[in-house]
Amino acid sequence: MSVRRGLKWAAALLTLALALSSGMVLNERYSDGEIAAAETAETAKPEQIERGEYLARIGNCAGCHTARGGETYAGGGAVNTPFGAVYASNLTPDKTTGIGAWNANAFYRAMHEGRSRDGRLLYPAFPYPNISLTTREDSDAIYAFLMNRVAPVKRENTAHTLRFPFNNQLALAAWRLLYFKPGAYQPDATQSVSWNRGAYLVQGLAHCGACHSTRNALGAPIAGHAYDGAMMPLNDWYAPSLTARNEASVADWEIAQISAWLKHGISERGTALGPMAEVVYQSTQHLRDDDAQAMATYLKALAPSATPLTTIAAASRKADAQSEKLYVDHCSKCHGDKGEGKPAAFPALAGNRAVTMANTTNLIHVVLAGGFAPATTGNPRPHGMPPYYHLLSDAEIAKLLTFVRSSWSNNAAAVTDLDMVKYRNALRTP
Amino acid sequence: MTERLEACIACHGKEGRTINAEYLPRIAGKPAGYLYNQLVNFRDGRRNNAVMSHLLQPLSDAYLREIAQYFSSLDLPYPPPQAPKVSADALRLGETLVLRGDASRKLPACSQCHGTPMTGVTPAIPGLLGLPSAYLSAQLGAWRAGQRRAHAPDCMGEMAKSLTPDDINAVASWLAAQPVPSISKPIASLPAPLPIRCGGVPQ
Repeated sequence: MSVRRGLKWAAALLTLALALSSGMVLNERYSDGEIAAAETAETAKPEQIERGEYLARIGNCAGCHTARGGETYAGGGAVNTPFGAVYASNLTPDKTTGIGAWNANAFYRAMHEGRSRDGRLLYPAFPYPNISLTTREDSDAIYAFLMNRVAPVKRENTAHTLRFPFNNQLALAAWRLLYFKPGAYQPDATQSVSWNRGAYLVQGLAHCGACHSTRNALGAPIAGHAYDGAMMPLNDWYAPSLTARNEASVADWEIAQISAWLKHGISERGTALGPMAEVVYQSTQHLRDDDAQAMATYLKALAPSATPLTTIAAASRKADAQSEKLYVDHCSKCHGDKGEGKPAAFPALAGNRAVTMANTTNLIHVVLAGGFAPATTGNPRPHGMPPYYHLLSDAEIAKLLTFVRSSWSNNAAAVTDLDMVKYRNALRTP
Repeated sequence: MTERLEACIACHGKEGRTINAEYLPRIAGKPAGYLYNQLVNFRDGRRNNAVMSHLLQPLSDAYLREIAQYFSSLDLPYPPPQAPKVSADALRLGETLVLRGDASRKLPACSQCHGTPMTGVTPAIPGLLGLPSAYLSAQLGAWRAGQRRAHAPDCMGEMAKSLTPDDINAVASWLAAQPVPSISKPIASLPAPLPIRCGGVPQ
């Protein structure tokens, strides 16, 4: 076949595919209409409302559906995506600006299918690709909580600032055709009750994969790379792989250590930092012990990544005396002469995966901006790492981190001045 | 407690005295309620400083109260006053606004709320002495521009919006040039009620 004929065939096929998909797209857009208001919220029982409050915490709904300093659940938190910002909606029972006119069916359809009450498609920044797994019963409980326990707040939703073509419902419908199908959790009979409960929460309501799963250029999870790690949308943090042993896999942690970490933000194996400190503070510290254990059971059993996307590279250069002096002057007081740290206060740096991980975003971020572990019942007065953005130059931080990454038992690649340039704009804020 | 609060000390100086940086205020000895309000305001977005907000995000109200209490309880010597860099006219304007206000513009004197010795009032009104003029004018400017806010009704926001940039410069320069009195602690109460309602101050 000549090149020209080949091109003609390709064009014809493409036209056909487009025609078919736009038909499907239109069908997806208009097949389901508005769901009318109905009175179901008043029949809620106190136990159901309590359960809903608990589940809303585990889903960390308030994390996005509350603007900083705003009323809880009144919406306005920004979810930054590579395609622009999506603003979470008002979930208070206000009749005109919140969900006061929604019924439990409309609420479940939003959770399960990612559609608003009027049938409009919702952006997957609302993690319905994960939350879709939530059972009808759990969805109804969250709805009952929001309708009965949250005070109505009149606050108009903030308009999204997505760029063309991502601001278009047809484009969204096409994305959904490719990447989204409403789901239900299918229990695995070969696994324990606890594992299944953990899988249901981790995959669904707790939407761990929303940050930790590797995504393609269109923001959709790449098949086979669930929990394999991903950069956060503003490139300022890295959600480490939960499957790679050299990142944040917990395969060799005790179940008790994992559940303590989820509930307290700290265990002898590591400390939550950055966005995860906020997740622990807002959400996982409220886990019941059995649910914390269930999530731990599932996370521990995650299959190790066959070919880790990131690996530890051999140290490419040895640190000099100046680097060691930087460490002694600025770090050793808390982290120890040999990077051994101090239990429950200052993390060890020797053998710490957050230090040696190939992706150095978080390491550089923590040195520049500092950070506290989350305040939780198990660690109510956390220690904090000071920021160094105003004390050390890029070159000094690169030298210092190269020293830390290649000293004691650590054997990770150098941090270069180029790494600093790459991340500093995203990280250096004031 | 100092071991837990290295993150604060790195910028605000050992034991809450500021390091040599004009935009970083001393926090030692300020009223605990004032410090607590500022911590909450940074965490919840009424004050804007990316590093402060980031640090405070995962911290509870109870812990912030304890941190505020800790820095408030420190009693440390103050630095000597700054030599003023503005004209004598500007200093006179500053002194007038701080001590007497301007009735024609309905501006109360700073000392009406911050206390006659201007060392603040417990639990929530800060002292105005012992701070660099760059910090003071930056704060008044931020308040005037709506970038620094407090719980509603935001009395300082209203005050700052009535000031011109020249007023701000004059007030900040005069305040920074005053020595901190030997009794540097905030006073327990004001002789008269506040001339304006303030959200962050129990009244």
